[in-house]
Amino acid sequence: MERTNTLSIQQSRDSEFIREVEEESGQSVSKCYQCGNCMASCVYTFAYDYPVTQIMRLIQLGQRDSVLKSDAIWLCANCQACTTRCPNNIDVAQVMETLRIMSRKEHTVSQPDIQAFYDEFLRSVKTFGRVFETGLLPVYNFRAKKPFTDLDLAPRLLKKGKLTFFPAMVKKRQKIAEIFEVVKRDRFSKDGKTRPEAHSAKTDS
Amino acid sequence: MRIGVFVCNCGTNIAGTVDTKKVAAEALGFADVVYATNYMYTCSEPGQQEIQRAIAEQGLQGVVVAACSPRMHEPTFRRAVEKAGLNRYMFEMANIREHVSWIGNDREANTSKAIDLVRMAVAKLRFNAPLFSSKMPVNKRLLVIGGGVAGIQAALDCADGGMDVVMVERQQYIGGKMAKLDKTFPTIDCSSCILGPKMVDVAQKENITLYAASEIESISGYIGNFTVEIRKKTTFVNWEACTGCGACMEKCPSKKAADYFNEGLGAARAINIPFPQAIPKKAMIDAAYCRQLNGKKCGVCAKICPVKAIDFEMKDEIVTEKVGAIIVATGYDLFDHAVYGEYGGGRYPDVISGLQYERILSASGPFGGHIRRPSDGKEPKEIVFISCVGSRDASVGRPYCSGICCMYIAKQAILTRDHLPESNSYVFYMDIRSPGKNYDEFVRRAQEEYGVQYIRGRVGKIYRRGERMVVQGADTLLGVQVEVEADLVVLATGVESSLGAGELAEKLRISYDQYGFYMESHPKLRPVETNTAGVYLAGACQGPKDIPSSVAQGSAAASKVQSLFAHDTIETNPQVALVNERNCIACGKCIQVCPFGAIQWKELRGGIKKAEVLASVCQGCGVCNATCPPKAIQLQHATDNQILAEVNELCA
Repeated sequence: MERTNTLSIQQSRDSEFIREVEEESGQSVSKCYQCGNCMASCVYTFAYDYPVTQIMRLIQLGQRDSVLKSDAIWLCANCQACTTRCPNNIDVAQVMETLRIMSRKEHTVSQPDIQAFYDEFLRSVKTFGRVFETGLLPVYNFRAKKPFTDLDLAPRLLKKGKLTFFPAMVKKRQKIAEIFEVVKRDRFSKDGKTRPEAHSAKTDS
Repeated sequence: MRIGVFVCNCGTNIAGTVDTKKVAAEALGFADVVYATNYMYTCSEPGQQEIQRAIAEQGLQGVVVAACSPRMHEPTFRRAVEKAGLNRYMFEMANIREHVSWIGNDREANTSKAIDLVRMAVAKLRFNAPLFSSKMPVNKRLLVIGGGVAGIQAALDCADGGMDVVMVERQQYIGGKMAKLDKTFPTIDCSSCILGPKMVDVAQKENITLYAASEIESISGYIGNFTVEIRKKTTFVNWEACTGCGACMEKCPSKKAADYFNEGLGAARAINIPFPQAIPKKAMIDAAYCRQLNGKKCGVCAKICPVKAIDFEMKDEIVTEKVGAIIVATGYDLFDHAVYGEYGGGRYPDVISGLQYERILSASGPFGGHIRRPSDGKEPKEIVFISCVGSRDASVGRPYCSGICCMYIAKQAILTRDHLPESNSYVFYMDIRSPGKNYDEFVRRAQEEYGVQYIRGRVGKIYRRGERMVVQGADTLLGVQVEVEADLVVLATGVESSLGAGELAEKLRISYDQYGFYMESHPKLRPVETNTAGVYLAGACQGPKDIPSSVAQGSAAASKVQSLFAHDTIETNPQVALVNERNCIACGKCIQVCPFGAIQWKELRGGIKKAEVLASVCQGCGVCNATCPPKAIQLQHATDNQILAEVNELCA
């Protein structure tokens, strides 16, 4: 991520972005007073390009590009330590999740491998009713173009019974697949219908 | 009746969204209205003169002012009409600002509502009758509830003015939280050295009656004439006899009693005088820890006491005091940091509250003024201070700033450096709030002269690593996570309302906010008054405050009491219930419903019974009026006829 030492607030502030994040996440980003507790609690601060406190600040300043192209939103493990400790009751993890969704929609995903893992994980759940690791990992490795990663772990995991050769036989796995369809349908119809009116009531902050 | 109507523009406050000219023009059409006009600022001196001129020229017998809330200016206008020769109750006010112009932008709707309100006021005024106050004597004794620094200041100021003062303190000793402090910011003067003489003054002034270890049981009456019942809690020691020699403490075999004065650090004896300078210096037995009171064989204190003051049979005692005014100075309590799981939830002995650290610093504290950590008594080398624990934190229900922590942390960090020059102090802060005389300079000194390392960010968690604790926080200025290995962590625990503040407020009939802090009558102009006449506030019971502000409020409240007590009598409020004896059927329902016990039986000649209102006790609530079957009892200035006249206008 390129950083700049001068930021023209008027030219770069995207108030629509602030409103979208608040609307989609249901969280009031203006409540953040930059105490840093999320950053202090986050286990991945060491790896982030922007620590989570700065992600919140960038949203407050309407910096759409910096936020949606950041690595931090994809490295977030959704452990929710930030949400638990936020003194202002902001569900920070929910904000991060919202940013991931927005980043996908705008095709600005900085970590395509992580996106691929999410996709494969969900596909595995949809297909088998629960995650089938022995299937998921090779497919993910292949998609991420690193086919041999963690392969050395496989024999030990097999020995301990952590990996199986066949997917677990989940009863009524079709029902789980239906959940995916329902979510997909609801999300699309919500997107199509509610967006224009729902937003007009709220003024830009 | 000849009625004049004055519609106030209030600059643009009202005229901005109400057509005041039209309101005045419409008012001219109401029954009995002979004069109506609008005016820029009716409350101004020319505005009042305009009313007085109209009364004289038009021969007005009643006046309606349509303006702001009567809370503010009803007294102003009543005085104005009185000066012009009318009775002050031949006046009505229609609130077309708070109830109309400030709450809507629709000019047409606002104007129409304003006209309705004026019409109602005129209709009521037509049924008004002159009312007259009587004089009540003022009992020039003051009750001070709470013996902290604010209460002490108020008590001493009034006692110096020659008034009798009754002070009630819940604890065994006076001095409050300040008595527990080591030094005070920003001057680093010794807390007990500056408070001690004031405490001694309270004990020695002949016109101060001190009830320590006592609480308010009930309060009745009204400004100038309160009756207060005080519960003297069982101390198991006859304080008349006790000399405070301390022999009982030395011999008491129960050595593990809770040490409240030292904030739980160390242990006290079951019979205890909390600190050497305690006022009153009297012993008290903690029933929870006393062996004798818990069925074991003991009674050592009773045997050892040279004046035979120990009395295991003692019971609570209720005493009654009559006073004319009350100053409430009940102070604050400390937020309990156990709710912060990430700071150990109170399980780490070396993560302590700010007040505990004060006791550690204090020469009269558990370690004699040597800084040691509670767990193993070792001298700490690395000390971390964390601000805003239970302040500015909506997630624990304390969104407000406690106002004192930034300063007390800076002070404690400076003192730490003085005690242990080799130690390092770190302060995690969000913002530094130091808006007082010499306050910011003091915080700067901590950083510049004493080398205290300030780090801008909150702490996410504290966990153990060997004998130390790792404080994991953020430096938001750098955008990095930071960690400090600490020997001792001091939490700047915030201020919350005093335990039981709500129950006391209900006894006093004063209001309090959602956090339990008492409400002042006006946030700017009446800061130490409450909405209950004769009850005043001082110190942190009204909101978080430091010592200078608490003392200033103590003196402010005292001056309010002195101006009240400068009068021998006060005027009663004639807006009370009155019985029309001809209509009274002596059913006694009013006596049953009156919440103030203000109605009693009266016997006429021939043994006929009628209800009678004690005007001095009646608070004018109107419950009797609503209850009375033949409507014989009427609340003056809000009679059935007056209210129905208003309703009729509204429904017409």
